[in-house]
Parts: sequence; C-alpha cells; structure tokens
Amino acid sequence: MKIDFQHNVAAHCENGVTSNLLKFYGINLSEPMIFGIGSGYFFSHMPFIKLNGMAVTSFRVWPGMIFKRVTRRLGIRVKRKKFRNQENAMRELDKMLDKGIPVGMLVGVYQLPYFPREYRFHFNAHNITVFGKEGDRYVVSDPVMENVETLSYDELKKVRFAKGTYPPSGRMYYIAEIPAEVNVKSAIIKGIRKTAKDMLTIPVPMFGIDGIRFLARRMRKWPAKLGEKSAALNLAQVIRMLEEIGTGGAGFRFIYAAFLQECAEVLQKPWLNELSREMTGIGDQWREFAILAARCFKNRDKGQTSYDQLADMLMNIAQREEKVFLQLQTIDL
Amino acid sequence: MKIDEVPQDEAYMIKGKIRDVCYALDKDGHYTSTLSMGWKPKNEAIGLAWEEVYHRVEEVRQQVQAGRLSPLAFYMELNIMNPSILASYTGIHRWKVRRHLKMKYFLNLKQEVLEKYAGALNITAAELVDTKRIQTVVLKHED
Repeated sequence: MKIDFQHNVAAHCENGVTSNLLKFYGINLSEPMIFGIGSGYFFSHMPFIKLNGMAVTSFRVWPGMIFKRVTRRLGIRVKRKKFRNQENAMRELDKMLDKGIPVGMLVGVYQLPYFPREYRFHFNAHNITVFGKEGDRYVVSDPVMENVETLSYDELKKVRFAKGTYPPSGRMYYIAEIPAEVNVKSAIIKGIRKTAKDMLTIPVPMFGIDGIRFLARRMRKWPAKLGEKSAALNLAQVIRMLEEIGTGGAGFRFIYAAFLQECAEVLQKPWLNELSREMTGIGDQWREFAILAARCFKNRDKGQTSYDQLADMLMNIAQREEKVFLQLQTIDL
Repeated sequence: MKIDEVPQDEAYMIKGKIRDVCYALDKDGHYTSTLSMGWKPKNEAIGLAWEEVYHRVEEVRQQVQAGRLSPLAFYMELNIMNPSILASYTGIHRWKVRRHLKMKYFLNLKQEVLEKYAGALNITAAELVDTKRIQTVVLKHED
C-alpha cells in the first residue's frame, strides 16, 4: 500500500517535510517560503545543552517549530502525537497510513541505515515522511535523499525511539484539515515579524543577535580555557552546525535571502530586494568565517590570534544581521 | 553566493552518494537551488570530529587489552555513546552501566544483560564478549 505522494529534495529536512506534506494537500510553497513563514531563521549558543559533549550552537529554531508555525499561520489544522510505548507508536502510524494520510515524524539519524556513515552522529532532530507500507517495509520520503527510501519495521521503530540529546519519543504529525483558502501574504508578515522579534529582543544573551556576540566572547577564551585541542573541536562543531547537511549553505542565511527575494515580488515591496542582497552578503561572510575557522582547527598554528580574528568576524556579522532585522521588524502589509 | 561559486569538493567518506541542496544566485541575480557535492571546510570539520572519535576508541582499546576496561566500553565509544545514552537504550541504570565498563564487573554479567547491551550496540552477545574481535575492528572509514 502506497499513498500517491510526491518526494522532493530540500536543503533542510523540516522544510522539506512541511513543503511535501502541503503539496500533497494542494498548497504549493517553495522551500524558502516555508522556512520564512515558519520563522526558521534563528541563532542560539547554549553552553548547558551538550551534543557530543560540547555546547550546542544552532542557526535555526527548535525542531518541529517550522511545521507548527507554517500550519498555524496558514490556518491548517494538524495533529501531533508522542508515545511512551513503541508498539503503540507503530500501530498509530499503520492506522494513519491505512486511512491514506502521509505522516511526518521525528527520528534520530544515528541508526538510519540509508544515511551516509559520515553524517551518523547521535543527532535526534531529523524529519522524514512515511507514506506507505509494502510488506514489512515502510516507504520513506527523506528530503535530504534524492530518492525514496524504505525502512523495515524494526529499523523505523529504532530511529523513532533513538536516545540521547532531545530524544524523538516517536513524535509524529500529520495534517488534519485544510481551510478553503489560505492567506499567504499575512502569513509572510507574521513570519518575518516573529523572526525579527526573536533575533532582536529575547532578553537572554544566548539567543538571537546577542547570541552571536555571546559566542564571539566565549570563542576568544576557548584556547586559554579549554586548551588547543578542545578549542579546535569546539570550533569544528560550530562549523558543522553552520554547514552540515540541511542548511542550504551558511547556516540558512542563503535560504533566507532567497525568501526575502521571493517576498519582494509577492508583497510588491522592492526594498526587500535590498535586504535580500545584504543577507546574501552576510551569508558570504559566514562562509569566510567557516574557511578561516577550518584553517584554524586544521593547522592550529597561530593559536590565540586566529580565535581573536574569528571572534571579530562574528561581532561584525552580528552588527550586520542586527541592521537587517531592525528594518524587517517594521514590515507591514 | 553565486551559482558558479557553489562548492563541489568531494567529501572523502560519501563520494557523491549524497548531495546537499544549496541556494545561490544565478547570473540574473535570482535565487535558485542547486546541488553541491560538499565543501572543504565542512568536510574537514566532519573529518576532525571522526578523528577524535577514533582517537578515543583507540585509547579504550588499549585499556581493554590491559584488562582494565571491558569490551562494552570499547563498543560504547565505537558507537559514539556515553553511559547515559547506553543506559537509556538498554533501560539499565547509569551507575550500573558505568560499573559494567570495568572488566572486573563485566565478567560476571548474566546472559540477559549481555543481550540487552548487544542489542543496543547492534552486535550479538557472543561478539560482545569476544575480546579478540576488538583487535579486528578497523578504525577508519570505508572508501
């Protein structure tokens, strides 16, 4: 049994799942649009949450937020479920598939057999859509893969109940009801405003523009505080969050630039084109940061000077992003 | 980033098995999505992370040979786990997992406990207790 579902690749898994699910119900939105309306753009550096034993730096919102916000802003009703019992989680999934409903779900990538070994760390915020069951194998649309994949019952159960930082606990979600008409324009405005607000005004220094500055200040101290080796590993982890699978380049900054460009047309606001160009520049600067960082953690030659230089770059990026969002927060229809 | 600047540096582990979607500007300045084979700074960051994993596994391997740590410790590191992840996969208390990492305690484990660990580590219980097998594990990525 297989639902007639179209698999499309995307830069980021959650955008991809959301976009593919909406397409199934006849709403066509590009990946940048999904990302922008869902206010996916963010920055956080959280020393108290650990991944591979190091602080988590993230360039986007919590997993699940994009889907939640996009559907809410378009007036789409969704159902989400979380399970304690693994068999129940699988039974629920089978039930939905029998009804012909494609189901999005959160999985861990470590045990995902079709994933390249290179990417298989204990990372638990990957999204896939399951849209069929043929014999014992579930048919899976993973936006990161170019082709449709399949998983056995046990394999799927294992990834749905992966353990570690932020365990997925069998979380699944699907669309319950679509309104007769969706208002994309107002959804865009809400999406942009939320991003601007989160980037500018969260009063905790770990998030938004302040988060970038926070990371810069901490980075300066890494070589002295952690030693050369650990500093290098921490830096490499930031680069992986920035560039590893699913950011579309430069930690989502290019996707957001694409979104602003599309908005300029949809909303008839040419000034957004200017901001899109600036955002592209910011993305390019993040890439320069990555190049310098890679040189730094690979050779470890100049030590403190390179960390100072990297921190200065981050400060500069923070200032540029701040300017963009100060303008964006005033957007209106 | 312009479309002709999208990096195509082949990563050493994936060899083109997977390509990332990247957003870049075409010659008219419009954003479009395109596929990238990989990018050197990113590949190096991932490579460094794996190097560190293998370095730690190698250290544990020597400790197992010396009879201080158990094979469980070796496979835990190999699977990039720590005692709390292993504890949540198996349902065994974390303090007990920590204990079982030592050879002294590991030797007295019951078969059913071994089965639980083996299940979480994707090997069989027989493989888990076979200390010779540890020598044969190659710490390198297959090409």
